[in-house]
Amino acid sequence: MEKIPILRMGDLLLVTIQVDMHDRLAMTLQDDLTQRISETSARGVLIDISSLEMVDSFIGRMLANIAAMSRVLDAETVVVGMQPAVAITLVELGLSLPGIRTALNVDAGMELLRSSGNGN
Amino acid sequence: MATVASETVPLTTEPDVVSVRRIVREKTTKLGFSLVDQTKIVTAASELARNTLIYGGGGAMRMETLNGPRVGLRLTFEDNGPGIPNIELALRDGFTTGSGLGLGLGGAKRLVNEFSVDSRVGEGTKVVITRWK
Repeated sequence: MEKIPILRMGDLLLVTIQVDMHDRLAMTLQDDLTQRISETSARGVLIDISSLEMVDSFIGRMLANIAAMSRVLDAETVVVGMQPAVAITLVELGLSLPGIRTALNVDAGMELLRSSGNGN
Repeated sequence: MATVASETVPLTTEPDVVSVRRIVREKTTKLGFSLVDQTKIVTAASELARNTLIYGGGGAMRMETLNGPRVGLRLTFEDNGPGIPNIELALRDGFTTGSGLGLGLGGAKRLVNEFSVDSRVGEGTKVVITRWK
Protein backbone atom coordinates (compact mmCIF):
# COMPACT_ATOMS: atom_id res chain seq x y z
CA MET A 1 0.00 0.00 0.00
CA GLU A 2 1.13 3.51 -0.84
CA LYS A 3 2.50 5.40 2.16
CA ILE A 4 4.21 8.68 2.90
CA PRO A 5 7.53 8.02 4.69
CA ILE A 6 8.06 9.39 8.18
CA LEU A 7 11.70 10.00 9.17
CA ARG A 8 12.95 10.20 12.73
CA MET A 9 15.66 12.67 13.68
CA GLY A 10 16.36 12.75 17.41
CA ASP A 11 13.08 13.57 19.07
CA LEU A 12 11.59 15.00 15.89
CA LEU A 13 9.59 13.33 13.13
CA LEU A 14 9.99 14.64 9.59
CA VAL A 15 7.50 14.22 6.80
CA THR A 16 7.94 15.47 3.25
CA ILE A 17 4.80 15.25 1.19
CA GLN A 18 5.93 14.82 -2.40
CA VAL A 19 2.93 13.25 -4.05
CA ASP A 20 -0.45 14.63 -4.91
CA MET A 21 -2.36 13.02 -2.09
CA HIS A 22 -5.69 11.38 -2.55
CA ASP A 23 -7.93 11.43 0.48
CA ARG A 24 -7.16 7.96 1.76
CA LEU A 25 -3.43 8.59 1.63
CA ALA A 26 -3.94 11.73 3.71
CA MET A 27 -5.93 9.74 6.27
CA THR A 28 -3.22 7.07 6.38
CA LEU A 29 -0.57 9.70 7.06
CA GLN A 30 -2.66 11.05 9.92
CA ASP A 31 -2.95 7.59 11.48
CA ASP A 32 0.71 6.68 10.88
CA LEU A 33 1.99 9.91 12.39
CA THR A 34 0.00 9.66 15.59
CA GLN A 35 1.17 6.06 15.92
CA ARG A 36 4.81 7.08 15.43
CA ILE A 37 4.58 9.97 17.89
CA SER A 38 3.35 7.62 20.54
CA GLU A 39 5.95 4.92 19.72
CA THR A 40 8.93 7.26 19.62
CA SER A 41 7.85 9.84 22.22
CA ALA A 42 8.63 12.48 19.60
CA ARG A 43 8.37 16.08 20.79
CA GLY A 44 8.00 17.68 17.41
CA VAL A 45 6.61 16.97 13.94
CA LEU A 46 7.79 18.85 10.89
CA ILE A 47 5.70 18.56 7.74
CA ASP A 48 7.24 19.90 4.55
CA ILE A 49 4.57 20.74 1.98
CA SER A 50 6.80 22.68 -0.43
CA SER A 51 6.07 20.15 -3.19
CA LEU A 52 2.32 20.46 -2.79
CA GLU A 53 0.81 22.50 -5.60
CA MET A 54 -2.57 22.59 -3.97
CA VAL A 55 -4.09 22.31 -0.52
CA ASP A 56 -7.85 21.92 -0.51
CA SER A 57 -10.20 21.72 2.46
CA PHE A 58 -9.60 18.00 2.93
CA ILE A 59 -5.81 18.28 3.07
CA GLY A 60 -6.16 21.40 5.21
CA ARG A 61 -8.31 19.48 7.64
CA MET A 62 -5.80 16.64 7.69
CA LEU A 63 -3.01 19.09 8.62
CA ALA A 64 -5.18 20.63 11.34
CA ASN A 65 -6.03 17.16 12.67
CA ILE A 66 -2.38 16.15 12.81
CA ALA A 67 -1.52 19.35 14.70
CA ALA A 68 -4.34 18.80 17.18
CA MET A 69 -3.62 15.10 17.71
CA SER A 70 0.10 15.63 18.15
CA ARG A 71 -0.59 18.39 20.67
CA VAL A 72 -2.67 15.99 22.71
CA LEU A 73 0.29 13.57 22.53
CA ASP A 74 2.61 16.33 23.76
CA ALA A 75 4.29 17.07 20.43
CA GLU A 76 4.36 20.31 18.44
CA THR A 77 3.62 20.36 14.73
CA VAL A 78 5.09 22.85 12.28
CA VAL A 79 4.03 22.96 8.63
CA VAL A 80 6.74 24.41 6.42
CA GLY A 81 7.30 25.50 2.85
CA MET A 82 3.82 26.41 1.70
CA GLN A 83 3.93 27.90 -1.79
CA PRO A 84 2.61 31.49 -1.98
CA ALA A 85 -0.09 30.59 -4.53
CA VAL A 86 -1.28 27.85 -2.19
CA ALA A 87 -1.44 30.28 0.74
CA ILE A 88 -3.46 32.82 -1.28
CA THR A 89 -5.88 30.13 -2.44
CA LEU A 90 -6.29 28.61 1.03
CA VAL A 91 -7.27 31.90 2.61
CA GLU A 92 -9.70 32.67 -0.21
CA LEU A 93 -11.16 29.21 0.16
CA GLY A 94 -11.90 30.14 3.76
CA LEU A 95 -9.22 28.10 5.45
CA SER A 96 -6.69 30.01 7.50
CA LEU A 97 -5.44 26.91 9.36
CA PRO A 98 -5.96 28.15 12.90
CA GLY A 99 -3.98 26.15 15.43
CA ILE A 100 -1.27 25.21 12.95
CA ARG A 101 2.19 26.66 13.36
CA THR A 102 3.91 27.42 10.09
CA ALA A 103 7.39 28.40 9.00
CA LEU A 104 8.74 29.45 5.63
CA ASN A 105 11.25 26.64 5.26
CA VAL A 106 12.67 23.54 6.95
CA ASP A 107 15.44 25.50 8.76
CA ALA A 108 12.98 27.97 10.26
CA GLY A 109 10.65 25.13 11.18
CA MET A 110 13.40 23.18 12.96
CA GLU A 111 14.37 26.34 14.82
CA LEU A 112 10.78 26.82 15.93
CA LEU A 113 10.51 23.23 17.17
CA ARG A 114 13.83 23.40 19.01
CA SER A 115 12.97 26.65 20.75
CA SER A 116 9.55 25.39 21.83
CA GLY A 117 11.24 22.19 23.01
CA ASN A 118 13.57 24.18 25.25
CA GLY A 119 10.62 25.94 26.79
CA ASN A 120 9.14 22.70 28.07
CA MET B 1 -18.47 32.61 -27.27
CA ALA B 2 -16.92 29.49 -28.73
CA THR B 3 -15.98 26.26 -27.04
CA VAL B 4 -12.79 25.21 -28.72
CA ALA B 5 -12.09 22.01 -26.88
CA SER B 6 -14.04 19.73 -24.59
CA GLU B 7 -13.31 16.56 -22.73
CA THR B 8 -15.04 14.51 -20.07
CA VAL B 9 -13.40 12.84 -17.10
CA PRO B 10 -15.20 10.19 -15.03
CA LEU B 11 -15.47 10.69 -11.28
CA THR B 12 -16.14 7.31 -9.76
CA THR B 13 -13.15 6.59 -7.52
CA GLU B 14 -10.88 8.57 -5.18
CA PRO B 15 -7.89 8.59 -7.56
CA ASP B 16 -10.20 10.25 -10.11
CA VAL B 17 -10.17 13.36 -7.90
CA VAL B 18 -6.38 13.45 -8.21
CA SER B 19 -6.70 12.96 -12.00
CA VAL B 20 -9.07 15.92 -12.18
CA ARG B 21 -6.53 18.13 -10.40
CA ARG B 22 -3.79 17.03 -12.78
CA ILE B 23 -5.86 17.48 -15.94
CA VAL B 24 -7.09 20.92 -14.88
CA ARG B 25 -3.55 21.94 -13.91
CA GLU B 26 -2.20 20.86 -17.29
CA LYS B 27 -4.92 22.68 -19.18
CA THR B 28 -4.60 25.96 -17.24
CA THR B 29 -0.83 25.84 -17.68
CA LYS B 30 -1.29 25.36 -21.42
CA LEU B 31 -3.77 28.25 -21.55
CA GLY B 32 -1.26 30.50 -19.81
CA PHE B 33 -3.16 31.18 -16.56
CA SER B 34 -1.09 32.79 -13.79
CA LEU B 35 0.18 30.44 -11.09
CA VAL B 36 -2.28 31.84 -8.54
CA ASP B 37 -5.21 31.47 -10.94
CA GLN B 38 -4.11 27.93 -11.80
CA THR B 39 -4.00 27.05 -8.12
CA LYS B 40 -7.43 28.59 -7.49
CA ILE B 41 -9.21 26.68 -10.23
CA VAL B 42 -7.40 23.42 -9.44
CA THR B 43 -8.43 23.78 -5.78
CA ALA B 44 -12.04 24.58 -6.72
CA ALA B 45 -12.05 21.56 -9.06
CA SER B 46 -10.71 19.35 -6.26
CA GLU B 47 -13.48 20.45 -3.88
CA LEU B 48 -16.23 19.95 -6.46
CA ALA B 49 -14.84 16.63 -7.71
CA ARG B 50 -14.89 15.33 -4.15
CA ASN B 51 -18.49 16.54 -3.70
CA THR B 52 -19.52 14.75 -6.91
CA LEU B 53 -17.87 11.57 -5.69
CA ILE B 54 -18.91 11.59 -2.03
CA TYR B 55 -22.26 13.37 -1.97
CA GLY B 56 -23.33 12.68 -5.55
CA GLY B 57 -22.29 9.04 -5.51
CA GLY B 58 -20.05 9.58 -8.52
CA GLY B 59 -20.46 11.31 -11.84
CA ALA B 60 -18.24 13.15 -14.28
CA MET B 61 -16.49 16.42 -14.99
CA ARG B 62 -16.66 18.08 -18.39
CA MET B 63 -13.85 20.51 -19.17
CA GLU B 64 -14.32 23.12 -21.88
CA THR B 65 -11.86 25.66 -23.16
CA LEU B 66 -13.59 28.92 -24.04
CA ASN B 67 -12.24 31.32 -26.60
CA GLY B 68 -13.46 34.61 -27.88
CA PRO B 69 -13.56 37.28 -26.83
CA ARG B 70 -11.92 36.01 -23.66
CA VAL B 71 -10.00 32.85 -22.93
CA GLY B 72 -11.40 30.83 -20.09
CA LEU B 73 -11.88 27.39 -18.65
CA ARG B 74 -15.32 26.03 -17.80
CA LEU B 75 -15.76 22.94 -15.65
CA THR B 76 -19.08 21.15 -15.24
CA PHE B 77 -19.50 18.61 -12.45
CA GLU B 78 -22.52 16.42 -12.82
CA ASP B 79 -23.97 13.54 -10.84
CA ASN B 80 -27.23 11.64 -10.57
CA GLY B 81 -27.13 11.59 -6.79
CA PRO B 82 -29.68 12.63 -4.17
CA GLY B 83 -29.50 16.35 -5.00
CA ILE B 84 -29.17 19.31 -2.63
CA PRO B 85 -32.46 20.19 -0.89
CA ASN B 86 -31.35 23.68 0.20
CA ILE B 87 -28.66 25.23 -1.98
CA GLU B 88 -28.51 28.45 0.02
CA LEU B 89 -27.72 26.44 3.13
CA ALA B 90 -25.22 24.23 1.28
CA LEU B 91 -23.31 27.30 0.11
CA ARG B 92 -22.95 28.61 3.65
CA ASP B 93 -19.51 28.16 5.17
CA GLY B 94 -19.42 25.51 7.84
CA PHE B 95 -22.54 23.72 6.65
CA THR B 96 -21.99 20.05 5.91
CA THR B 97 -24.03 16.89 5.87
CA GLY B 98 -20.84 14.85 5.70
CA SER B 99 -17.60 14.81 7.60
CA GLY B 100 -15.91 17.71 5.78
CA LEU B 101 -15.38 21.27 6.86
CA GLY B 102 -18.34 22.55 4.91
CA LEU B 103 -16.12 24.78 2.81
CA GLY B 104 -16.34 22.87 -0.46
CA LEU B 105 -19.21 24.52 -2.28
CA GLY B 106 -18.94 28.05 -0.88
CA GLY B 107 -15.16 27.94 -1.02
CA ALA B 108 -15.15 26.80 -4.65
CA LYS B 109 -17.51 29.67 -5.49
CA ARG B 110 -15.05 32.20 -4.09
CA LEU B 111 -12.20 30.80 -6.17
CA VAL B 112 -13.80 31.26 -9.58
CA ASN B 113 -15.35 34.06 -11.67
CA GLU B 114 -18.64 32.36 -12.47
CA PHE B 115 -20.50 29.75 -10.47
CA SER B 116 -23.86 28.09 -10.80
CA VAL B 117 -25.58 25.15 -9.11
CA ASP B 118 -28.55 23.34 -10.53
CA SER B 119 -29.82 20.60 -8.26
CA ARG B 120 -32.99 18.55 -8.16
CA VAL B 121 -33.76 16.37 -5.16
CA GLY B 122 -33.73 12.74 -6.20
CA GLU B 123 -32.32 13.51 -9.65
CA GLY B 124 -28.87 14.97 -9.28
CA THR B 125 -26.66 18.03 -9.14
CA LYS B 126 -24.83 20.06 -11.74
CA VAL B 127 -22.24 22.65 -10.74
CA VAL B 128 -20.65 24.85 -13.40
CA ILE B 129 -17.61 27.03 -12.71
CA THR B 130 -15.71 29.32 -15.04
CA ARG B 131 -12.43 31.10 -14.57
CA TRP B 132 -11.36 33.71 -17.12
CA LYS B 133 -7.79 34.32 -17.97
